[in-house]
Amino acid sequence: MAKRRKKSCVSYNKWGYIFLIPFFAVYIVFSLVPLISVFYNSLFENYRSGLKQIGPNFVGLQNFKTLLSNSDMLTFAKNTIVIWLIGFIPQILISLLLAAWFANTRLRIRAAGFFKGVIYMPNLIMASAFSMLFFTLFSDNGPINDLLIKMGILDEPFRFLSNVGGTRGLIALMNFLMWFGNTTILLMAGILGIDTSLFEAAEVDGATQFKIFRLITLPLLRPILLYVLITSMIGGIQMFDVPQILTNGSGNPNSTSKTLIMFLNQHLYSKNYGMAGALSVILFILTAILSLLVYFTVSKRSEKRWG
Amino acid sequence: MEGVGRKRRRIRFKSVVVYIVLILLTFLCLFPFYILIINSTRYHPEIQQGFSFVPGKAFMYNFKNLMHDANLPVLKALRNSFIISASTAILTTYFSTMTAYAIHAYNFRGRNAIFTFILMIMMVPSQVSALGFVNLVRKMDLIDNFIPLIIPSIAAPIVFFFIKQYMENSLPMDIVEAARIDGAHEFRIFNTIIIPIAKPAIAVQIIFTFTSSWNNYFIPSLILNDAKKKTLPILIAQLRSADFLKFDMGKVYMLIALSIFPVVIVYMFLSKSIIRGVAIGSVKG
Repeated sequence: MAKRRKKSCVSYNKWGYIFLIPFFAVYIVFSLVPLISVFYNSLFENYRSGLKQIGPNFVGLQNFKTLLSNSDMLTFAKNTIVIWLIGFIPQILISLLLAAWFANTRLRIRAAGFFKGVIYMPNLIMASAFSMLFFTLFSDNGPINDLLIKMGILDEPFRFLSNVGGTRGLIALMNFLMWFGNTTILLMAGILGIDTSLFEAAEVDGATQFKIFRLITLPLLRPILLYVLITSMIGGIQMFDVPQILTNGSGNPNSTSKTLIMFLNQHLYSKNYGMAGALSVILFILTAILSLLVYFTVSKRSEKRWG
Repeated sequence: MEGVGRKRRRIRFKSVVVYIVLILLTFLCLFPFYILIINSTRYHPEIQQGFSFVPGKAFMYNFKNLMHDANLPVLKALRNSFIISASTAILTTYFSTMTAYAIHAYNFRGRNAIFTFILMIMMVPSQVSALGFVNLVRKMDLIDNFIPLIIPSIAAPIVFFFIKQYMENSLPMDIVEAARIDGAHEFRIFNTIIIPIAKPAIAVQIIFTFTSSWNNYFIPSLILNDAKKKTLPILIAQLRSADFLKFDMGKVYMLIALSIFPVVIVYMFLSKSIIRGVAIGSVKG
């Protein structure tokens, strides 16, 4: 009897493997093999110079040396970080504030569902269409300039897209609009997961709302804040659609809003496979490190369930 | 008594601040779309003259104009985007549920290692393997084909993770045991019992995967070159790179509206469950 039972158990478990076949077959063919070939490509000189095809010739780590010594990649990395920061800092601050308000039962915000619905909505908008919309709205004779002049704030149109701060600011504003609702909801879920007796005890002890937020809510939110930070960094590295459409791929003015993935895209289009490969490997290593951090925060979180 | 009164007044003051901030943010989120609606209903010369808060009468005019533009195959792009996104949404959710069920329900050797592996690759962006992917697609002779935009979505670690979390809370194994005793085949159990139970999680993920495929620009722009095969985001990029001053602005706004509003309309009906989905995914994560 015991033997039969064991046998039947084994025959069920083989279905675990069978059900995993589609995922792994597809993953290996369309992600893993391409990824390995990216590493392989990064070691070759392989590009077009006019009509002439150069390579592929094995050059070892030469592509990486060129990338890291040439200032282009570092400039684009800096652009990416700067634009990400201009969007992320207000995003995390406002999201924390909103999350604390939505989770505060004393405030009893009316129409909270409506507000949450509205602030989350931009997250689902097509980034390229959103960017095209901002391009038309903020163009030199577009509606925003028109409004600002009519309201007497400006005397003449402000040329947002010819101005470094204007362009970077617009990209960051779009990133902010697209992500602050999402972050608010994640943080709110985190706050609602905190044991309410902690808040009550602190209130009985006479702590102010601000003190409660600083000394109880924030420390207990740390894992989820970390998660938001790292996933947003990974998202920042991937920044492409918005600046690409807004600046028509140029990263103007003067390449100050060109991001790393725009740089990669440029190499992919010009078929410079060696450089594209090396750049991809660098981006892979960066995201892999960040992914590992996400993995540790996530697995720690599911073990502890909010400590 | 006085203390209580002061406290109440402070809360009332605070709630005024709260509403002001919320209304400002709502304005910031909605105003661009308001201008979009207004301008997609106005004639080109009206738009050039300046902004107005009242909609115009050119909605149908702009719509027809856009549909008959020989350089922008909008109807084809709408159809292409829809085919790719709908197939992606169905395949992703079906196979992610299958993967999640494999990890959740069976106790085979290497299960934890596989689970850990999927979690680790969860965040690796598709852009970093794009070079190899495009070369592979070229070798397979699938350029200008929808297959490389649909099939790879079968392996979707994030969707897998969400559904797996859902199963942990809502899939009692007794039901599976009972079906086994009745002699049901494992594959049949999956299709007739597991899928219906996971429906709430699947529904949320269908919306997310549909929109992310609908909005996807980077990979499709590398795969689709043929004008008849292009998707909406590629048309938008094309419009952006064209000589902008020559364009009928009513048409431009109409194309943006057509790309954005299908998703917004679906969202308006389902925002509650979508937001709940985002929150649940995070708490359980």
